[in-house]
Amino acid sequence: MAPNAAARADTFPKLLMRNAQVFGTRPAMRHKDLGIWQTWTWAEVLDVVRAYAVGLHRLGLKRGETIAIVGANRPRLYWSVMAAQMLGAIPVPVYADAVADELAYVLAHADVRFAAVEDQEQVDKIQSVLERVPKLQLMLYDEKRGLRDYDHSRLHSMEDIIEEGQKALAGDPSVRAWLDGEIAAGRGSDPSIILYTSGTTGASKGVLLTGERSIMAASDTVAFDKLTEHDVSLAYLPLAWVGDHYLNYAQGLVSGFCTACPESSDTAMADLREIGPSFYFAPPRTLEVLLTRVTIRMEDAGFLKRKMFHYFVGVARKYGERILNGQPVPLGGRLLYWLGDLLVYGPLKNVLGLSRVRVAYTAGEAIGPDLFAFYRSIGLNLKQLYGQTEAFLYLTAQPDGEIYSDTVGRTFPNVDIRIAENGEVLFKSPGMFAGYFKDEAKTAEVMTPDGYVKTGDAGYFDEKTGHLKIIDRAKDVGRLNDGTLFPPKYIENKLKFYPNIREVVAYGDKRDFVAVMLNIDLTAVSSWAERNNVVYGSYQELAGHPLVYDMLEKHVAEVNRSLAQDKMTAGAQIKRFLILHKELDPDDGEITRTLKVRRGFIEERYAPLIKALYDGSKEADISTQVTFEDGRKGAISARIKIRDMKTEPTTAAMGKAA
Amino acid sequence: MRAPGGTDVAVGDVLLSVENVSLSFGGVKAISDVSFDIRKGEIRAIIGPNGAGKTSMLNVINGFYHPQQGRVTFKNQTRSEMRPYEAAYGGIARTFQNVALFRGMTALDNIMAGRTLKMHSNLFWQMLRYGPAMREEVEHRHRVEEIIDFLKIQEIRRVPVGRLPYGLQKRVELGRALAMEPDLLLLDEPMAGMNMEEKEDMSRYVLDVNDHYGTTIALIEHDMGVVMDLSDRVVVLDHGIKIADGTPDEIKRNQSVIDAYLGVAH
Repeated sequence: MAPNAAARADTFPKLLMRNAQVFGTRPAMRHKDLGIWQTWTWAEVLDVVRAYAVGLHRLGLKRGETIAIVGANRPRLYWSVMAAQMLGAIPVPVYADAVADELAYVLAHADVRFAAVEDQEQVDKIQSVLERVPKLQLMLYDEKRGLRDYDHSRLHSMEDIIEEGQKALAGDPSVRAWLDGEIAAGRGSDPSIILYTSGTTGASKGVLLTGERSIMAASDTVAFDKLTEHDVSLAYLPLAWVGDHYLNYAQGLVSGFCTACPESSDTAMADLREIGPSFYFAPPRTLEVLLTRVTIRMEDAGFLKRKMFHYFVGVARKYGERILNGQPVPLGGRLLYWLGDLLVYGPLKNVLGLSRVRVAYTAGEAIGPDLFAFYRSIGLNLKQLYGQTEAFLYLTAQPDGEIYSDTVGRTFPNVDIRIAENGEVLFKSPGMFAGYFKDEAKTAEVMTPDGYVKTGDAGYFDEKTGHLKIIDRAKDVGRLNDGTLFPPKYIENKLKFYPNIREVVAYGDKRDFVAVMLNIDLTAVSSWAERNNVVYGSYQELAGHPLVYDMLEKHVAEVNRSLAQDKMTAGAQIKRFLILHKELDPDDGEITRTLKVRRGFIEERYAPLIKALYDGSKEADISTQVTFEDGRKGAISARIKIRDMKTEPTTAAMGKAA
Repeated sequence: MRAPGGTDVAVGDVLLSVENVSLSFGGVKAISDVSFDIRKGEIRAIIGPNGAGKTSMLNVINGFYHPQQGRVTFKNQTRSEMRPYEAAYGGIARTFQNVALFRGMTALDNIMAGRTLKMHSNLFWQMLRYGPAMREEVEHRHRVEEIIDFLKIQEIRRVPVGRLPYGLQKRVELGRALAMEPDLLLLDEPMAGMNMEEKEDMSRYVLDVNDHYGTTIALIEHDMGVVMDLSDRVVVLDHGIKIADGTPDEIKRNQSVIDAYLGVAH
């Protein structure tokens, strides 16, 4: 690795030139095609991208213009990004699974005249919204299949364009010199890419990043995790997501590591195993799916294997994390762990494709402590990071040896983080965005007068560890009447990590104390009921069962204990709770289709329950309208019990944040 | 792709013709005096109510049944009695109403099985898996991988077929038929028992096969929406008798077809 050289090259095309020179024969990209892994070295990638750039230029792509990139992680789509950047054009990756409406919005807003797409599906999708994207003139596609009979006046195959570029380069030496000039003319302060945010909060915004800043940010993380040209990563997360552009594209170009593209999105798991990446990123959800799969398969395994698995997972839980963190462990423990590694953890990691992983990250949402601990205990160096598109990903990350499930790590080198009055996290960072594309009002909105960017997240620095803790979206964080900070999502997540609890709604903003409404998880609780001979006739009866209440009371008490440990959250302990008689359902508008609770709506709908939670009643009656699966409507009424909770002793004076 | 042997037929010309075919099992008349043709490059549907003789017709076409009367002409060659393997050599492949795969074998091996007729190296070399046999194997595997890519079933390459859901088994079966590089592909109810999404997928593949490989397709299907969308021409059988033949639009308007499906007041 040569960080200095990376720092000198201030655009990605210049980095590509450097890599072709320094790592010329090292693999840059792999892709499984027709069942066989194809490899391109850095020198080969440079040749293809140069030809592609010439081809694009001949089609009329100009400096400063935008080009949409739509599709899965495929080499030619990455090369489209590189080739566009070589000409000084700005690639705009769009989520491949975006519905036509979203796609039309982004394409129109980004003013794209060109679009590089994966296959017929994307061509069809774009053509269906063509009248809303009047500026779009040309589409390039990677996969020929099914497109033979299409009108090719405005449609080209990437393969053909690259071939034309190759011919032009071979036939005329001046083309080569011209292209070198184009690459040299690119400046670090030019826009390098526009990444559209996913738009969970309103219309998506185009985050404009420059080459120089992107490379500076990536150089820092490459040094932090000691990534080199010998590392390998598997690009399986959406191309349009900042994570992929950062972790694979930017870090790959800066460090010279090899990016492998899976055969198809469905084969990613198998491809992971074949490639054996050394750098790995997975959102908590993916890790959870993996673990569930392992658990299910172990339940089906033979007696001996099952016993062995459970025994050694127990050993790992006891010693694994301490060994990974370099803490003292008794000799017996080490020996047992060594044996476990030989018999269980090693083979398990091999099956999951994680044997060679040196650095693994997870981010995006809160990760359950058990889930996190499991992967770390079997020896996977899983860490958390925090960042966002506007920062070009990293703001904080956990250094080796300082790993906690509930923090997102230390402030990254060269990043400056400040906590605002209202608890919002503000930052200045090397990879900071240049602004929202064509939206100066929005840009001004998220900037402070002294040049910090508002993340929209609320958080604080933990005193014990010095790590940042993110608790909620800043706009959702409220205050109790006595001024104590009330982060609803933080409390809800802590409860939701218990398998018995499916959904939680926490109340407390502008009230005297925190109270929660719980939904049981029918699968988990009914299997518990079966094992414990608890008889029930309906969901409603099970939810209201005294023993179920007892069980959930224990969970709530544990959460209170964990809240009490931190002076910022100690005041927000749960004083009362109830278990709802029906599941919160998107059909009733109580949660969104993406399973986010709609706190305000629920507050109106269950007004009698909320009233009862705060007026001290022991039970309350409720009747709610429900929509059945066939669309009929009906009403469910119930009498719901409310339980009081003891709160843990706290250093009360410090509990007030105000 | 073109199957070896046989006479070349230009696109649009008659690839296969059935003339005055009658077939009976003992006293039961399955098909009586049916004539129609299939032109190269088209998608031809054979429809009709239950027991109309559709599957019997397919069995006649690929030589499994021998009609008592009438002639079948394929690629300008008329044969009164053709055996199924001759049909296969000649370039006719088919899928079955109920999936007929090797359940214990992987999807890959099942599709490879479709290449059997194209293997030329002798048993000796094949047993050694060396020399010419190996070269051949690599080439066949390449073709099979193209089909796997075409049908987007990479993720089940190594999965035993018996463990796959029904819709995917159907797709593997189509893959095996494609591996024969047929001139004429017979599909017997390719969408039976599928849900809406699977049907849409399968329709896409049928159209893609027709477009990409230029394969002529004859299919039996009960879903009228699918038939009308996919096919270029439709022949309608009822009680073993041809009652209509024409484009989907003509068939939709044809009174005897409507009667056959909905019944008539007597």
